[in-house]
Amino acid sequence: MVKAVTSFGRSGVADWLIQRVSGVVLLAYLIVVGGYLVMNGSGLDYATWKGFFDSTFMKVFSTAAVLSVVSHAWIGLWAVSTDYLTERLMGGRGLVLRLAFQAASAVVLFTYLVWGMKILWG
Amino acid sequence: MNDKRPVNLDIGTIALPITAYTSILHRASGVFLVAGMAVLIWLLGTSLSGPEGFAQAKQCLSSFWGKLVVWAVLVGLSYHAAAGVKHLIMDAGIGESMKGGETGSKLVLAVTAAMVILTGLWVW
Repeated sequence: MVKAVTSFGRSGVADWLIQRVSGVVLLAYLIVVGGYLVMNGSGLDYATWKGFFDSTFMKVFSTAAVLSVVSHAWIGLWAVSTDYLTERLMGGRGLVLRLAFQAASAVVLFTYLVWGMKILWG
Repeated sequence: MNDKRPVNLDIGTIALPITAYTSILHRASGVFLVAGMAVLIWLLGTSLSGPEGFAQAKQCLSSFWGKLVVWAVLVGLSYHAAAGVKHLIMDAGIGESMKGGETGSKLVLAVTAAMVILTGLWVW
């Protein structure tokens, strides 16, 4: 059982499930927003675009997408960092490199979270 | 992390199957997309900030470098999404054999190749 303190859900099974759920949310969001853009084409104007994202449905869906990006990316970056930034591969610097990478990841993803919320609700 | 068991898996000396390459690419595309998200969030925020911002975002998407960056992010998204769907299918118990894994990897690459062309046509 995974008990690493830096894993997202504090257990491997929780991380596995969150990765699936957030992935499905993001796939649905990609299809909806991508489909909207493809159907509207280059004639899309500001008022239509703004109106689309001002709907309650898109506000909630976009918020779910931002939360999904943050959790999905943390679990992915955590998996990559604990696989490659290790003492076995990096020698004595492994721990420092891994924690530095994870700290930088946390800063970037927290910035995305605040930035995304500001765009959607600010 | 303090486990001192011997490790006999020296990846560099092993001939990797196609499934290993598509798995590594799934991870690499994921790390790339973390950076790509900044581009997409910036585009969304700018385009929703007002009519001037919308025009600015549109202008960015009409420049060569703007198109190239957005296309690269869309290709990354296409690959990462296709490989993700493959994971969901394998979670359902389909294609878990070596042969199934190889077929799945080839399908992911085929879908991505199609998306490289489709997103390229759309952006340009």
